Amino acid sequence: MLLQIHEPGETPLPHADERGLAVGIDLGTTNSVVAIALDGSPAVLRNAEGSGLVPSVVAYSEDGSVVVGKEASKQLLDRPETVVSSVKRLMGRGAGDVKALAGTLPFVLDEAAEGGMVRLKVAGRSLTPVEVSADILRALKAKAEESLDGTVGRAVITVPAYFDDAARSATKDAAKLAGIEVLRLVNEPTAAALAYGLDNAAEGLYAVYDLGGGTFDISLLRMEKGVFQVLATGGDAALGGDDFDHEVAEYFLAERARELGEAQITPDEAKQALMTARLAKECLSSRDSGEWVIEVDGRQSRHVLDRNGFEALIAAEVDRTIELCRNVLEDAGVQPQDVHGVVLVGGSTRVPLVRRRVAEFFGKEPLADINPDEVVAVGAALQAEALTVGSDTLLLDVTPLSLGIETMGGIVEKVIPRNTPIPVAMAQEFTTYQDGQSAMAIHVLQGEREMADQNRSLARFELHGIPPMTAGAARIRVTFAVDADGLLTVSAEETTTGVEQHVAVKPSYGLTDDEMAQMLRDSMEHAREDMETRLLAEARVEARRAVLAVRSALDADQDLLSDDERTAIHAAMNGVEEAVAGVDRDAISAAVEALDGATRSFAERRMDRGIRSALAGVSVDRLENKVEGRD
Amino acid sequence: MNQTPEVQNPGAEVTPCWSCKGPVAGRALFCSTCGAIQGPGNLDHFTRLGLPRRFAVEQAELDRQYFGFQRRLHPDRFATRSPREKALSQVQATALNEAYNTLKDPLKRAAYLLRLSGRKVDVESAGTIDDPQLLMESMEMREALAEADSVEEVSRHLSEAEANIADSHKDLAAAFAADDLDEAGRLVTRLKYLGKLADEARQRRAKLAAMK
Repeated sequence: MLLQIHEPGETPLPHADERGLAVGIDLGTTNSVVAIALDGSPAVLRNAEGSGLVPSVVAYSEDGSVVVGKEASKQLLDRPETVVSSVKRLMGRGAGDVKALAGTLPFVLDEAAEGGMVRLKVAGRSLTPVEVSADILRALKAKAEESLDGTVGRAVITVPAYFDDAARSATKDAAKLAGIEVLRLVNEPTAAALAYGLDNAAEGLYAVYDLGGGTFDISLLRMEKGVFQVLATGGDAALGGDDFDHEVAEYFLAERARELGEAQITPDEAKQALMTARLAKECLSSRDSGEWVIEVDGRQSRHVLDRNGFEALIAAEVDRTIELCRNVLEDAGVQPQDVHGVVLVGGSTRVPLVRRRVAEFFGKEPLADINPDEVVAVGAALQAEALTVGSDTLLLDVTPLSLGIETMGGIVEKVIPRNTPIPVAMAQEFTTYQDGQSAMAIHVLQGEREMADQNRSLARFELHGIPPMTAGAARIRVTFAVDADGLLTVSAEETTTGVEQHVAVKPSYGLTDDEMAQMLRDSMEHAREDMETRLLAEARVEARRAVLAVRSALDADQDLLSDDERTAIHAAMNGVEEAVAGVDRDAISAAVEALDGATRSFAERRMDRGIRSALAGVSVDRLENKVEGRD
Repeated sequence: MNQTPEVQNPGAEVTPCWSCKGPVAGRALFCSTCGAIQGPGNLDHFTRLGLPRRFAVEQAELDRQYFGFQRRLHPDRFATRSPREKALSQVQATALNEAYNTLKDPLKRAAYLLRLSGRKVDVESAGTIDDPQLLMESMEMREALAEADSVEEVSRHLSEAEANIADSHKDLAAAFAADDLDEAGRLVTRLKYLGKLADEARQRRAKLAAMK
């Protein structure tokens, strides 16, 4: 039995050309960027003013219309209650996590919402972060289709390397809602390394320091002849330039309270202060000091801040990123001086204190000849092309966080340690605690801490039907598999008797299947047609593969056939090709089945001959235990 | 875990290709007729990566083989293929990663070799020490670490443990070269403890550094 907690292969989507152009999307906390690569040369999609950055801000109006980007940002001041920004910080998070962040988030939470996933109250609606992200993706898709003059159906979407499983699934769900097929989720620093490395023919050990609006990643990679091998990764999914803004905003608000003698801060004041703080941060990245005015309801306060003051406010956050860099190097057993170059990614790396501390730690000036806002999307675009057209480069990534299950006493037993290359499958055996125990609760966790309650809970399920045995006699084998997108599937089996059973999967923070189905019905206008298109494309891929396979078999062994048989097989192949040209999925399947029937006896004769030659000592196939070039 | 494969005539093992239904050699990665990717089969890690089954493994050679196989088998190469091909590539890449992970680490590689020779070695769980000398040594080291209360002192113990690990790796290579599997088994146990000790030292150093 296979118990799927996530569905990495749930919709094994076709990637044929009918699915449209493939782009790279950097879905950022503050800004998002779309890029496309054609014949190896990537280009960022830009608006009329030449900007590639689309603010990850969504404005909802009472009439149901949705505006994304700069136009939405403009409404932040006038109608803040209708605008959502920085929603990426909530991806995959439960109501409990978000309460802990309360006060630092520009959201109004829907306290009445049921279920594990947090909901936002916006313009009279109750929305999940997945839906808000889907609105951003939908807008990006529309903008890309407009500028490319073609359908965009597939994308490589980047996620912070340190995103946990829940946040990754949430991102994939958002893409599904937006009608985008995810070719691959790629970690942001890995995408940046790909873009930088290919452009500069980089070789050796590189660190990618990626400080975005809401997330921090540090990845250590080895680049060698087109191979990008991640050795270790670390970070903090809730640390970014937003936190710099909050530090400054709090400082401004404290000043304002003193100046005006106010005790209570209104939400409008908080929003204003946050926007002013962002301006101050950007200004102080190039200038030594500045003065800002916050005006709400006609009440003004003036604020002076210089570079030193700013740096003192954000020093703790920057220190934390350096500490995380140290941990990652230690994990990889690497000294700072071994690192050949440091690539800076993310708009927040423009802050001079960040650059200075990174340079100090690694003992070298970071590489600044790249656009830190765009490099991730460029890498994603290159990977999208590699996945659809083909490529010589190879990305080998790792799991950012350890995965394990809870055992007696609330202690976590790790099944897959962090920094393990993916895809990976590892199994661990567990046993029963009591005589005659017939069921076992399995609690899947992600994180590095020893106790279950200190880690992220990913899912709970139960294995039933364990035959009565004395305590400790049963052997429950739990297998964790992480696919190339970094998504986890868990299965459990009692091995002494072969009992394979499962029930009750309860994703702790994700959307349930019902919720997902409801959202698809609610918000995707063409959900059914879209699904049908995917299934049709998939059937075509399979049918073409079947025809090619038979053609190869004919080339090799057609002497085994009589003329009549050959004619019959060719007719069946033509039948498949005709069906593929049409749009009837059932007709395609029927034609493939007919081809299968027409070649059955041919296949048997080929096998007979193969086995006879093998027994005669003639190897039917070259042993491929040495690498000799590529296909 | 892979079983020790019997020495066999590789050509004698012929299975039908799932795609074109024709004959494929048991260990082929791709069907020689239709080119379809095949399943990973039940190979030992050395065979999977095309390396001789012995302790001495050159990191550069291991990397070269691993990258070479991943270039052909990684799921990124099959993103536009049929679901079956994608699934097979995922299983192949997973098997390669398991082999690479086991062989690149000298301790895991040694334990794996001992297992292939029919000896029971458990690298993950603690088990018991029945070697009195090792027991003594590990107790002394642990005590010294527990008493260390500065970053510098812990760092010194850590360097010592790391030096011991490096020495044991050399001894391990020598033991395997001399085909002395008893000695290799003893060294594997020793390395396990040294590794744990070094981990503890690193954790303690990080804790002390954070307190500063």
